Amino acid sequence: MSVRVALHSPTGSRSFLERGLLLLVMLIFLEGTVLTLGAASSPDISAQDNTGGGHDRRDDHRGIAGSHEQTNYTYTKKAFPVLSLDYHHIQVPFEISLWVLLASLMKLGFHLIPRLSGIVPESCLLIVVGLLVGGLIKLAGEEVPPVLDSNLFFLCLLPPIILDAGYFLPIRPFMENIGTILMFAVVGTLWNAFFVGGLLYAVCQIEGTYLSQVELLPCLLFGSIISAVDPVAVLAVFEEIHINELLHILVFGESLLNDAVTVVLYHLFEEYSGAGEVTPMDVVLGVICFLIVSLGGIAVGAIYGILAAFTSRFTSHTRVIEPLFVFVYSYMAYLSAEMFHLSGIMALIACGAVMRPYVEANISHKSHTTVKYFLKMWSSVSETLIFIFLGVATVAGPHAWNWTFVSVTVILCLVSRVIGVVGLTFIINKFRIVKLTTKDQFIVAYGGLRGAIAFSLGYLLNKDHFPMRTMFLTAIITEIFFTVFVQGMTIKPLVDLLAVKKKQEAKRSINEEIHTQFLDHLLTGIEDICGHYGHHHWKDKLNRFNKKYIKKCLIAGERYKEPQLIAFYHKMEFKQAIELVESGGGVKLPSAMPSQVSMQNIQPKKLPPAVAERALPQFTKGREEEIRKILRSNLQKTRQRLRSYNRHTLVADPFEDGWNDFLLKKQRMIELEKKMTEMSNYLTVPAAPPDSPTMCRARLASGDDFKAEKAGAKVIPDPNAFYNIKASSEGVPTIQVDLASPQSPDSVNMLNEFSKRGAKDQGLGQREVATRDEDQGLMMKPSSAGKEEKGEEEGGNKNPGLMRCLSDPGPSNEDEEDEPFLP
Amino acid sequence: MHIVIKLFGVPLSCPITNSMNIWFSCFLFIIVTPAHIVRLYDRFEALDKEKTGHLRPQDFGAINRLAMNPIGDRIIGAFFSPGQETVDFHSFVRILAHFRPADKKHPKDPSMPEPVNSRTSKLKFAFQLYDQDKDGKISRAELLQVLRSMLEMQVTEEQLESIADRTIQEADLDNDDAISFEEFRKSLEKVNIDHKMSIRFLR
Repeated sequence: MSVRVALHSPTGSRSFLERGLLLLVMLIFLEGTVLTLGAASSPDISAQDNTGGGHDRRDDHRGIAGSHEQTNYTYTKKAFPVLSLDYHHIQVPFEISLWVLLASLMKLGFHLIPRLSGIVPESCLLIVVGLLVGGLIKLAGEEVPPVLDSNLFFLCLLPPIILDAGYFLPIRPFMENIGTILMFAVVGTLWNAFFVGGLLYAVCQIEGTYLSQVELLPCLLFGSIISAVDPVAVLAVFEEIHINELLHILVFGESLLNDAVTVVLYHLFEEYSGAGEVTPMDVVLGVICFLIVSLGGIAVGAIYGILAAFTSRFTSHTRVIEPLFVFVYSYMAYLSAEMFHLSGIMALIACGAVMRPYVEANISHKSHTTVKYFLKMWSSVSETLIFIFLGVATVAGPHAWNWTFVSVTVILCLVSRVIGVVGLTFIINKFRIVKLTTKDQFIVAYGGLRGAIAFSLGYLLNKDHFPMRTMFLTAIITEIFFTVFVQGMTIKPLVDLLAVKKKQEAKRSINEEIHTQFLDHLLTGIEDICGHYGHHHWKDKLNRFNKKYIKKCLIAGERYKEPQLIAFYHKMEFKQAIELVESGGGVKLPSAMPSQVSMQNIQPKKLPPAVAERALPQFTKGREEEIRKILRSNLQKTRQRLRSYNRHTLVADPFEDGWNDFLLKKQRMIELEKKMTEMSNYLTVPAAPPDSPTMCRARLASGDDFKAEKAGAKVIPDPNAFYNIKASSEGVPTIQVDLASPQSPDSVNMLNEFSKRGAKDQGLGQREVATRDEDQGLMMKPSSAGKEEKGEEEGGNKNPGLMRCLSDPGPSNEDEEDEPFLP
Repeated sequence: MHIVIKLFGVPLSCPITNSMNIWFSCFLFIIVTPAHIVRLYDRFEALDKEKTGHLRPQDFGAINRLAMNPIGDRIIGAFFSPGQETVDFHSFVRILAHFRPADKKHPKDPSMPEPVNSRTSKLKFAFQLYDQDKDGKISRAELLQVLRSMLEMQVTEEQLESIADRTIQEADLDNDDAISFEEFRKSLEKVNIDHKMSIRFLR
């Protein structure tokens, strides 16, 4: 109920929330109706009806026949039903959609409530929602559907989350800490399982707990289920606390890699709990099994990853289905691994991590964005559903509450985790260059959240073999709730309290990239001098091998030759350019500079309106008109590029289309800046906000004349906008740009770069003209081939790789893609 | 004591009794664990094919993988102080001591000079590899040289230049078109140098 109360309290966006609430109620109502039919569908009730009414056409749909349905379908001649209700026809997909919708709306709702998401982690709220929904279903007198079915969980809900994690796994920190992660994942999990299982068994033997029927092996099985840290829960909580990279990768990596241990222990104990005897031979087999499960999983994943990379080499002509290969191959990897009871999670991680560098080099930028967004979307919906389902399952399940068992479980989990982490770190620190501090140990221990994987594994247990299954499930759920609620909610304040280092949001600078590579080479060299085959030595060997053979096979065209540094540089340039374009620079030249600066230093959203107004550039009426004309013609150009529809290509979005444009404009901007320094006339009539999108559109709509382009290029009043903004905003802290500030090197660069190039261009006045001409030639007059070539040379020479980055890479250069569309 | 004697007695052919204490104190501060010195000494002997007790640049050049290293020449150069053609075991170890993991357990003694494996001296070492003309600045030309060797001719000169320009602009705080040591340090502020520039076995 707490959510209800919270939903009503906030002042802002009330109508939205109310609508959401209404929807929730509606959904629940629908759920009720669904369940009426669902309950009727349970075989024991409907079996007789079914056989009786042999004429039911919908029989094969779900093997159900509600008794009321029978009256609908009879052979007696009736008027043709103009409108009929046939819910069963759509029941399954409809219910799935309902759940997904509910999950998404809930997620939406939480982020509309200010502050709430800052205090309580989303996972907790979602569990509460699940509890509420489950409770309402129960209140309606219906049976709660078994939503968190193990099959559903392992085959549908888990893979997207893991793939997302694997595909975007930060490889470098992961590999640098692989020893520590493995230690925690393997030894730590083993320790936890046996410590918890063993001590639980001891406690169960104490007289008076009524648990003496619990044997050792089920206890150990329970221990192995409960001891594994859960990636879903860890991700959900750690994403919100923004902990530093090292701790994040330690806990998260552990949660991913302990899957193999859990799988082996689970199958081992499940197998032997019937047989009873465990010989030393079985232990040996278990170790071998562990190796097979983990290495096999990685191998399966790697094979599929390489296949995916190889496939993506040839997709340059069917860009639309490119992203699909990433998903399908990974899912196949997961399923194949599961087929052999190998570790599916490790397979997915390996698959994602292996394919990523090659796939990214092969697929187009748009496809990459698609992959990214799809993965993020799927994983976040899955995560939401998992937590809601956890809540529902809690209401649904039969519970066997045993105070001793539950409380001992919770305490033992905590104790074993702490002992395990502290003990292991003591050993690990002997080998680590950067030691784990006490704070780090605490966070690692405290971050060991349990989650839905444990529940699903418990759910999978066979009731006949494990009569205490319900008690196990109750204990598992309690442990999950304890870790997610208590630890999940307190970890954020604790992180603040302990002043644990947070993640640095700043992006990598090119300096770092260069120096890091330099240091890598240096260390490799030093290791060679020492004759020591260490970390760097093997990394260097692998890199060389990768460059020499693998890249050649898996990356299409000439791109495989591209060194990492160049790729990084292009990516950085591209990101900056996109920012520039998005902030209006690509379309509206004058405002590009200031908004670019502001994008990096302050959030544009946070600009108070008053400040924005004050910062507006000021023009005379005539000037303003001129500017508008320029803008209009600029916009017109992007629009004039008509493209024929092709089923296999996506219509390029204006940002990317405008790229050539943008490069030229960048040059022109330099020129503008030069002139603008000469001009010193400040004008007085306030102009419209340069960034207002509606304004843009209005201008866009209002006809075209590209003569103004030339006129505008000569007069060029626009840059004043930039300088005025700067000048007038000097007193306003939000816009003020500290050019010397080390945190904003990019902004400084931009300025420097522009002025520098400007100087260059000034010297080559000839080139300027060519640039402008080419600008038009490219866009307006495709026939003037000579100029176009010249222009392209210029644009292309400046940043050949950058263009490749933007357009589709691979054997077919951008020309190939663009040509068919030129009018 | 006897380890030191065993190590440096005969092969270095220096009178033990006179210089033993100097040697000992040196290594006590540079590398504490003798096992690593033993290992380094073996390596030194292996590299010193002519058994002169000194290494020449050619001896380093004979290391196959170092020849493949894009900045191999610079690394070799770092072992030879200016004007010297050879390096003895003492200096050899002294250079390598830069790559010892920093020891946090021993609190810093303010009276002592900065240890050779501190963050600053590690960075200084790396910086000197860039700064070949030793003027305390990485100029654009020097950066271009490094980039060219690291990127192995796979890129056009223009690309290299634009990257170099970009890099200098990014790091250059005082607008002198070069990267000073302070600027270098600043640009690597977020990088864990202790981690990146340490070799475990030298501990």
